[in-house]
Amino acid sequence: MLTLYARRRLINILSLGISVLAMAFGLFWLGWILFTLLQYGVPGLSLAVFTQITPPPGSDGGLINAIAGSLMMSALGTMIGTPIGILAGTYLAEFGQRGWLAPVTRFINDVLLSAPSIVIGLFVYEMYVIRVKHFSGWAGAFALSILVIPIVIRTTENMLRLVPNTLREAAAALGAPQWRIISSITLRAARAGILTGVLLAVARISGETAPLLFTSLNNQFWSSDMNQPMANLPVVIFQFAMSPYADWQQLAWAGALLITFSVLTLNIVARVLFRQQGSSH
Amino acid sequence: MISEKDTIPKLVVRDLNFFYGNDRALKDVNLTIPEKMVTAFIGPSGCGKSTLLRTFNRMYELYPKQKATGEILLDGQNLLEKRQDLNTLRAKIGMVFQKPTPFPMSIYDNITFGVKLYENLNQHDMSERVEWALQKAALWNEVKDKLKQSGTGLSGGQQQRLCIARAIAVKPEVLLLDEPTSALDPISTAHIERLIDELKKEFTIVIVTHNMQQAARISDYTAYMYLGELIEFGDTSAVFTNPKRKETEDYITGRFG
Repeated sequence: MLTLYARRRLINILSLGISVLAMAFGLFWLGWILFTLLQYGVPGLSLAVFTQITPPPGSDGGLINAIAGSLMMSALGTMIGTPIGILAGTYLAEFGQRGWLAPVTRFINDVLLSAPSIVIGLFVYEMYVIRVKHFSGWAGAFALSILVIPIVIRTTENMLRLVPNTLREAAAALGAPQWRIISSITLRAARAGILTGVLLAVARISGETAPLLFTSLNNQFWSSDMNQPMANLPVVIFQFAMSPYADWQQLAWAGALLITFSVLTLNIVARVLFRQQGSSH
Repeated sequence: MISEKDTIPKLVVRDLNFFYGNDRALKDVNLTIPEKMVTAFIGPSGCGKSTLLRTFNRMYELYPKQKATGEILLDGQNLLEKRQDLNTLRAKIGMVFQKPTPFPMSIYDNITFGVKLYENLNQHDMSERVEWALQKAALWNEVKDKLKQSGTGLSGGQQQRLCIARAIAVKPEVLLLDEPTSALDPISTAHIERLIDELKKEFTIVIVTHNMQQAARISDYTAYMYLGELIEFGDTSAVFTNPKRKETEDYITGRFG
């Protein structure tokens, strides 16, 4: 009896130890990355980063055109992708019990969710950039929206499935038609979770480089014309970090720091929102 | 038995069968539910009492693979027919569930949600309707100062009374109660039992309960079900004091179930 208990304790201690080690291993690299980022990025931060455009090598400048371009394309990509994602996710969760369309859509969405983002970039390049014969902010926003859609579909469906069926039954028992049940009851009950999904999608696309390389490319100058090539942080970081110029490398670090902390903030906001929903039910 | 009192039939069930896929959950059920009375369904778990209740407002149609055959006449009209509009049927036959199901909105909006679907009331009439429903559900005094607060913040017993208020606010003809007190403490249960007694003046009430004392206390008629069959149906005092079938007696006296 005692040996059985002792063995169980031993196994418990061992598994706990291994888990802690695995966690420490993962956190170590994350901590190192954040530390390096702060070490090189913070000295590069200055007012000029937020007020001046990307400079030629050897002169002073900032990242404002890249920051603005990233914000514009991410915002537009989110604005295009979110409604499509929420509607499709609602279809899957609320109407998807019968027929073949929902399982097929769900499968394709899973494929899209794990598709490498460079493939999305190439797709938009072939479909849009080649036809209009120039890179543009629109193309970048489209590529990003294709990344947003599957994430929002997945979270919307999952969050709606968490809404208990008793709530749907209660609304139906009052004689509410299905569109009314969905719009006023289930989507409302799931809204914090869905918003969390949208924020995570924004966090995901704000650091994407590959889809933008083929679509919006880059722009050395200030431009808010979505029909022109557009500067953006990930591509600027890619270009500047690879360059031999110390001042460009410095700006690349500053840009990397900006993206990382924006994404971190978005993730924290998403978690806080989700926790609030959890406690209100 | 039924003819002893002067009653008008509200719901007439004829040869009702119910299927979950290929499983037959109700077997040739026949019974008549009288108007403005409380009818209780009792029986062990899985006997089909909730299934029977859920055929009255066709709640089962939310799920694929569930179907009912036979007839259920509401004031003479077969409500199982295809041409019967589901939403207007459910507006006439309200339902309260085992677990309280407040909507994620304010107490006030919880009540108006159903009313707005079928009536176009101005703000004044709507406020009166909300007060009326909450008064009927004996909840008004507890929530009158916090109508704008979320319905999910109330206690379990208050939430259930909110659900009852919500159901009667649309002025249904029949109220279906599916074990409405099984998740509540004795005080809240007593509240709701008093309420049911009050409500039967205006509504026809059908209640599913696991609690036999409850059925004996509040119902006028009792149906005992077992394995999808209606074993005995009649005046509550007769069913409890002088059951005609041995199975009913065994269940009621606790020798079974």
